[in-house]
Amino acid sequence: MHLEYTIVEGDFVNAGSASSSIKKTLKQLNVNPSIVKRVVVALYEAEVNAIAHAYGGKVTADIDAGTILLRVIDRGPGIPDIDWAMQEGNSTASPEVRDMGFGAGMGLPNIKKNVDRLNVQSTVGVGTTVEMEVNLA
Amino acid sequence: MAFYHALQINGNACEGCSHCMRVCPTEAIRVRDGKAHIDETRCVDCGNCFIACPHKAVFVKQDDFEEIFKFPCRVALIPAVFLGQFKNDISVSRIYAILNEIGFQHVIETEITTPIYTEAKNKLEREADAKPLISTFCPAIVRLIQVKFPGLVENLIPLKAPLDITALYIRRKLEKDGWRPEDIGVFYVTPCAAKIAAVKSPVGEEKSSVDGVINMDSLYNRVYKKIKEQGHDYKEVKLPIAQLTSDSILTSLTNGERRLSVSEHSLSIDGMDNSIEFLEKVESEEIEDVEFLELRACDQSCPGGILTYNNRFLTCERMFARARYVAGKERRGELTRAKEVEEERDFLLNNIEVGEIESRSISLDSDISKALEKLVKINRLKKMLPQVDCGMCGTPSCDALAEDIICRGAKATRCVFIQHHLEKQNAMDLDESMKIWDDIWGEDKIKVKHRKKENK
Repeated sequence: MHLEYTIVEGDFVNAGSASSSIKKTLKQLNVNPSIVKRVVVALYEAEVNAIAHAYGGKVTADIDAGTILLRVIDRGPGIPDIDWAMQEGNSTASPEVRDMGFGAGMGLPNIKKNVDRLNVQSTVGVGTTVEMEVNLA
Repeated sequence: MAFYHALQINGNACEGCSHCMRVCPTEAIRVRDGKAHIDETRCVDCGNCFIACPHKAVFVKQDDFEEIFKFPCRVALIPAVFLGQFKNDISVSRIYAILNEIGFQHVIETEITTPIYTEAKNKLEREADAKPLISTFCPAIVRLIQVKFPGLVENLIPLKAPLDITALYIRRKLEKDGWRPEDIGVFYVTPCAAKIAAVKSPVGEEKSSVDGVINMDSLYNRVYKKIKEQGHDYKEVKLPIAQLTSDSILTSLTNGERRLSVSEHSLSIDGMDNSIEFLEKVESEEIEDVEFLELRACDQSCPGGILTYNNRFLTCERMFARARYVAGKERRGELTRAKEVEEERDFLLNNIEVGEIESRSISLDSDISKALEKLVKINRLKKMLPQVDCGMCGTPSCDALAEDIICRGAKATRCVFIQHHLEKQNAMDLDESMKIWDDIWGEDKIKVKHRKKENK
């Protein structure tokens, strides 16, 4: 099953709309609640990242009986040093974003903790694709 | 184990008007053959349907009052809300006397063990990993979480509610007085349907210490009849020495537990829709910092229970007045503390925990591949349906109809929009669509209305 959602730049108000819709889907599929929680936490984090840093983008989800594959694809500045960004506490978030309670530098590390496979592809000046996969059983 | 449901539909009174179907928070109700039907796997006994029904066709099954006389030793376990039903000029001791007169040798207020409950709860609040902890005081909320939020079952506080702790206490006390366990009958006077379900099929427990349940409205009638008969000629009994503390009186009101919580950040929410809205956020991990959640299904909590008589706001006012009066006595050191209950503190604390609370989640299929297949079909169907949620198919929403079609064999032609579409293409004639109509709304739906008009 394929699902898609749009991400709007700076729209923190609607952060989490993709993750709560996917949460509903996974619950209908009788996926173990602890796995649902991991998917939701990781996707929410990635959504917030894209809203904070990029100029918009989309979330896609592909679900089969064994796994859920999530892609958060944004058009944005890109991440110059992915390894640096994967470390806890490292953040390029603006003071405004930090004021809203985001931007603690826990985004990617927190995603990594919650998914089974993570792949971040980024081109500076073009955008970033965060690919996350979680085993459903 | 099958789950007991206190809310039932009286088929004779039900007119199939679908008011109940539209307010059910778990979409548990369908209209078929002109009558409402409740799906027992989804119902959480919240009582929204009871409030919405214009024909009093939703009823709350209760134990026969005469059942109490099977027990030589009879206890009425009354929540503080019960005393809040009566006008201020009717004294608590007069109500106690009437309860004695109609058959209960012992009357005890549910909230007498609130201090013990609060002590155990606060200990858990300090120690728990899963945050926020969610109160199990309201059984409709516990059932809602089991059915709709399986991921939050582990956040539920695994403690007996004050009602069960008090039942345990009074049994122990009476057994110490020499009564045989089987001779003691403890009857809880309930303000709502969910507490009945909680007593009949307790969550995380084998058996409740409560032997039967009496609906608050029916007991109100019995007591009020006596008050009317007595006029000015009545007696009052000396109240038990142990009285509720001001804190305990307020337990069943909104904020009743929260105000005693040791957590720095806690919330109190009443109403089913409000609770669901917030639980969605908790489930998505969007809520940080909140350590304790007091959720109650009814507006104003227990004073808003469907089996209460008095207006819920007036009940709250009366309970506040009583708490204020008691608080004054507490300040002056005039109140005798519940020493007898305190003597059993260790026993009660040792028996206060409940076993594992299980989820009862509703999924499309227990097999994930099959569920996925169904979900793809459901999503495709949703796009065909008008998304008007008119309810003319006897189902609360287009989405629910889509699910019923795929999972429960309902026909897509139940949808009045699809019917019109087919009629226009000459793929359905009037007889066919009338047949569908009758299957949903019953053959008499129109005729009955005519007859009623003639009678006028």
